[in-house]
Amino acid sequence: MILIAIISLGGIGAVGAILLYATSKKFEIHEDPRIARVQEVLPGANCGGCGFPGCSGFANACVNAENLDNLLCPVGGSAVMEKVAIILEKEASKTDPTVAVVRCNGTCEARPKTNQYNGVSSCAIASMLYGGETGCSYGCLGFGDCEAACDFDAIHINPETRLPEVIEDKCTSCGACVKACPKNIIELRKKGPKSRRIFVSCVNKEKGGVARKACTNACIGCGKCEKECAFGAITIENNLAYIDPVKCRLCRKCVVVCPTMAIHELNFPPRKEKDTEPAVKPQKKPEPIETTTPENK
Amino acid sequence: MLRTFRIGGIHPPENKLSARKKIVRLPIPKQVIIPLSQHIGAPAQAIVKKGDLVKAGTLIAKAGGFVSANIHSSVSGKINKVDTTIDASGYKRAAIFIDVDGDEWEESIDRSDELIKDCFLSAKEIIDKIAAAGIVGLGGATFPTQVKLTPPPGNKAEILIINAVECEPYLTSDHILMLEKGKEILVGVTLLMKAIDVKKAVIGIENNKPDAIKQMQTLAASFPGIEIMPLKVQYPQGGEKQLIDAVIRKQVKSGALPISAGTVVQNVGTAFAVYEAVQKNKPLFERIVTVTGKQLANPSNFLVRVGTPIKELIEAAGGVPENTGKIIGGGPMMGKALINADVPMSKGSSGILLLTKEESIRKPVQNCIRCAKCVNVCPMGLNPTLLMNATEFQNWDLAEANYIVDCIECGSCSYTCPANRPLLDYIRLGKGKVTGIIRARKS
Repeated sequence: MILIAIISLGGIGAVGAILLYATSKKFEIHEDPRIARVQEVLPGANCGGCGFPGCSGFANACVNAENLDNLLCPVGGSAVMEKVAIILEKEASKTDPTVAVVRCNGTCEARPKTNQYNGVSSCAIASMLYGGETGCSYGCLGFGDCEAACDFDAIHINPETRLPEVIEDKCTSCGACVKACPKNIIELRKKGPKSRRIFVSCVNKEKGGVARKACTNACIGCGKCEKECAFGAITIENNLAYIDPVKCRLCRKCVVVCPTMAIHELNFPPRKEKDTEPAVKPQKKPEPIETTTPENK
Repeated sequence: MLRTFRIGGIHPPENKLSARKKIVRLPIPKQVIIPLSQHIGAPAQAIVKKGDLVKAGTLIAKAGGFVSANIHSSVSGKINKVDTTIDASGYKRAAIFIDVDGDEWEESIDRSDELIKDCFLSAKEIIDKIAAAGIVGLGGATFPTQVKLTPPPGNKAEILIINAVECEPYLTSDHILMLEKGKEILVGVTLLMKAIDVKKAVIGIENNKPDAIKQMQTLAASFPGIEIMPLKVQYPQGGEKQLIDAVIRKQVKSGALPISAGTVVQNVGTAFAVYEAVQKNKPLFERIVTVTGKQLANPSNFLVRVGTPIKELIEAAGGVPENTGKIIGGGPMMGKALINADVPMSKGSSGILLLTKEESIRKPVQNCIRCAKCVNVCPMGLNPTLLMNATEFQNWDLAEANYIVDCIECGSCSYTCPANRPLLDYIRLGKGKVTGIIRARKS
């Protein structure tokens, strides 16, 4: 009796095993083994900054793409893309690392409140209702949608200024905060050599007087920086200056001439004494930053 | 048994402080600021320039598209500038500034009070006159009236519904208009009936206005085809779809227009504006505005020129009380807080409400206790708490599948929530997002 049971059960098991093996062979999904290998070198943050659904989606796209020109993992940057390129035996495109930059410096002192908002603490909701608690309807609302959107703990609202601040080392430039900001204040900018960069920290498109009245730190579109720039990196459109990060040679002359201190410099060494005065004559360049920077005049 | 709409609804305290206060003509201010976007649709295009002389009733901006409306000067004087102004929401909008000089009207306007009952114009001529006069829905949505009167081909209205519900608490402008201008309104209704070729019109009035119901019933006896229907007090009965349900017991499908239920709905104020435009050649440049609030010295109903700064209205009603927390443009349920009192009133301003500090503060938000009160009161039969969560977690598919775009933003859910959850704030955001997604998908 025991023998019959063993044989019949064993038989059923054997038949089942054969069936399972056959179906798994027949319906096998052929996945390129490189996808798994690419995914291994990716950061695994699944932030979606690359534009694909998670890291596996990106790995799949990399394997299937003809070349890697338009593919970039913003979190891993060039380093990761090179590893991907080695696995796939393709050429990785060189890209400059970028970082999120907050283009508003309307601190509490510079931009006094004109009204009080007491609704839901969300920038998206507040901006749909009205222009914000201050006279500047372009500036930061300070409710921290960017902070909530960041998966990397890299952007925080400073409780004193009520403005977001980016922690550069943590920022992966995934662009989540850029999408979350209803005022389009945050920009992904070239990180620059030694993380040095210069940008206009304002997005106010009002005429000078109106902008200044709302915020003493606003760009008033006066054009001084545009004239000062020897490299044609600064353009003024709609009463607002913009510094092209590709053309900018980081000479810092625009920073000094800006009457409202709307142009910010980051991670530069402190200036020599006379640099704090408005530049009347061209100053000496404060230590060479890029070897390609030409001496002007 | 009085009728009302069948799904949801609330009954907030009425607080009609300015009820039966006679209409007072507000003095003309020194300068008016006339926004170019006072209606739903494309902004009007300015056709005047700095230094031009205008009279009250002069066309100063032409409709900028099919869904748009003409804008006329509300005063006589000189154009100061065509520029931008900060509107009630703090954003920049195009506007025409006019320095007032005297009060001269266009010669074509009949300024007498005499009632002109007969009209020999064709339907098309009436609609053209309404379009030329820049009339928009005066209930608050400011949809251009001529567009509503020109239904898409293949549709034919059978009944005209006039919205005299005024379900918003505090507001009384429609009420006083019916008491003082009843006959004119009825002539206006007759004109609208002719314009859309219907034989029957129903004026729906909530029965918290018994004097208006009685007066309109007496007057309507000499106007064939017009019926006055008293309705049970229930917010938001003034919503188009709610009123249609209350009056003719038909429900308008999701995304469909009232014409699909064989009806066109117009506000009672619009009917009066139509009368003035067609019979008196007077474009829409003034309207009745309720200025009210519990602390306000003298809550009133003013006849105000479009473009008058709101502070002048408050001044005329006794000035801003000390303990004012918010100034609301519109009623307490659907109105919006203004960022300052210098903003001008527009065609759609039905009321100015001054709330005290205690009234205006929002209570702390607590967790949802899943009591489903919001589901019970939603007049569109939606699930507000689900829609709020869907928006919070950016689940747009879920929001769309649960008809977020059908929300009429009446605020009944937020009003009734025992946990003070900001339901409408989120739903409004989600509605905007989903509308954008649907539009992108179509194009």
